[in-house]
Amino acid sequence: MPEITRDEVARLAGLARIQLGDAELDRLAPELTKILDAVATVSQALEGAGEVQPMSHPTPLRNVFRADELRPTLSPEQALAGAPASEGQRFLVPRILGEE
Amino acid sequence: MTTVEVGLVPFEEALTRYEPVMGLEVHVELSTATKMFCGCPALFGGEPNTHVCPVCLGLPGSLPVVNGAAVESAIRIGLALNCRIAEVCRFARKNYFYPDMPKNYQISQYDEPIAFDGWTEVEVEGPDGPERYRVEIERAHMEEDTGKSLHVGGSTGRIHGAEYSLLDYNRAGIPLIEIVTRPIAVPGDRAPAVARAYVQQLRDLVLALGVSDARMDQGSLRADVNLSLRPVGTAALGTRSETKNVNSFRSVERAVRFEVSRHAGILDAGGRVVQETRHFHEDTGTTSPGREKSDAEDYRYFPDPDLAPVAPSREWVDALRATLPELPAERRRRLQAEWGFSDLEMRDTAGAGAVDLVAATVAAGSSAQTARKWWLSELARRANEQAVELSALKITPEDVARIQALVDAGAINDKLARQVFDGVLAGEGSPDEVVAARGLAVVSDEGALTEAVDRAIEANPDVAAKIRDGKVAAAGALIGAVMKEMRGQADAARVRELILARLT
Repeated sequence: MPEITRDEVARLAGLARIQLGDAELDRLAPELTKILDAVATVSQALEGAGEVQPMSHPTPLRNVFRADELRPTLSPEQALAGAPASEGQRFLVPRILGEE
Repeated sequence: MTTVEVGLVPFEEALTRYEPVMGLEVHVELSTATKMFCGCPALFGGEPNTHVCPVCLGLPGSLPVVNGAAVESAIRIGLALNCRIAEVCRFARKNYFYPDMPKNYQISQYDEPIAFDGWTEVEVEGPDGPERYRVEIERAHMEEDTGKSLHVGGSTGRIHGAEYSLLDYNRAGIPLIEIVTRPIAVPGDRAPAVARAYVQQLRDLVLALGVSDARMDQGSLRADVNLSLRPVGTAALGTRSETKNVNSFRSVERAVRFEVSRHAGILDAGGRVVQETRHFHEDTGTTSPGREKSDAEDYRYFPDPDLAPVAPSREWVDALRATLPELPAERRRRLQAEWGFSDLEMRDTAGAGAVDLVAATVAAGSSAQTARKWWLSELARRANEQAVELSALKITPEDVARIQALVDAGAINDKLARQVFDGVLAGEGSPDEVVAARGLAVVSDEGALTEAVDRAIEANPDVAAKIRDGKVAAAGALIGAVMKEMRGQADAARVRELILARLT
């Protein structure tokens, strides 16, 4: 059974910019492990099912294409309406750390 | 991690001990009308956040739908690169924590690219003429471009020390095809030229296919150069560096040379090359470290459940195969034969970006040699002076053909033709209008010519005497004198005839 370690939770939280306290990390690691265990029961469905192809899409649809035709865009005001902050018609995000 | 600064080993010296192996990744932005997964315009630039919608902004509840025209372009690129086309392939989410994609993932293809196992052949100049090298294509896959970040505060434009960043998502979602080669191991001294020739060939190819405008300066064609060294005679690959967004053909060549020198310096000093992203600096021709590949780079790819698989029918693929134009390399070979150009002439013509221009000039009635002469000498010089591409000069192949026709008809000579080029380039009108307006027609008034010839003979009795003695070659001096008097507006051949008629 896969186990999610406390360190892994801390690393992912860092990447996702979610601040977690020690107590939260202590709680989340075993919780996530439990969730993963629950999901893992799905893999039992494959056992003994023979050649079951992994499925990535719930319907047998293929080749769903759109014509290369312009559709209305949002106005910049609409686009930025939900943004916590903006400047010069651009989305403002906190500084990006630890990258190039 | 700190890297110890070690010296660079001169390129040629490095090759005595090491063999470079390259991998090239080229991103081509498609020139479809709309984005990969939504109907927003796939245009370069625009006011910030004006080409966006809920899909490319990754708003909840939006559903991407594949642009069929982009799939068609991807298949055509794959076919032109002699690839196999997948019978079924899927899109995958490439997850990462960086705000250039508002969804927190980029839709790409992972283990199922639409095209794979291809090859192309590039030509570079060797000491004994053109040499051909085969470049194996591992895959060409579809993905979407990212938004543009602007870093504010600190040292301007740099992410380090920036206080915050601003995002424009106009580019997010523009269709991209990423073309990845297998490791390219060619003789080391050819590696820089092969890398350049390959990227140039891709540019020519997508232009011929009409699927991209392939502007390196606008980022619609971007090259990443991966390079590693291994000791001469060994087979195992060394650790590679990945130099990103090398934005001109010349830079591709320089980036390869620089990385060979840098890796050799590290290896000679007993060091270890770090696998990392590097940035190329146009001004110095050097690279500097970007981010080190770390475990943060776990993209957790998985098939995108929003998108149905793409399964191009064989009929469709065959139909697209039938639409492939004659590809640049084949076309060059055919034209070279038709024009009777030597390998050197053809290479120079291609190198100057003049193949299409010469072809159009020939189509407008010129001989191939005269077309080549004007474009590669007179016009190339002017393009160079103006620092523009030949094709950007304000003169058409038809104009060039007309000027040559005027020369052939004896209405002007080569010297006057240069003035006609000046006039046309200065926007004074068509060649005929320039000839008329500037009064450039060759003086065909025999009376005036004859008088000028007589004056020249009188003024140069020594030369005239030599010619009378049979030294016909001396006539050049008299021709020059006459041409000078006629301010170049005479037919030199006719002047020569007149001089010889007088003196022999």
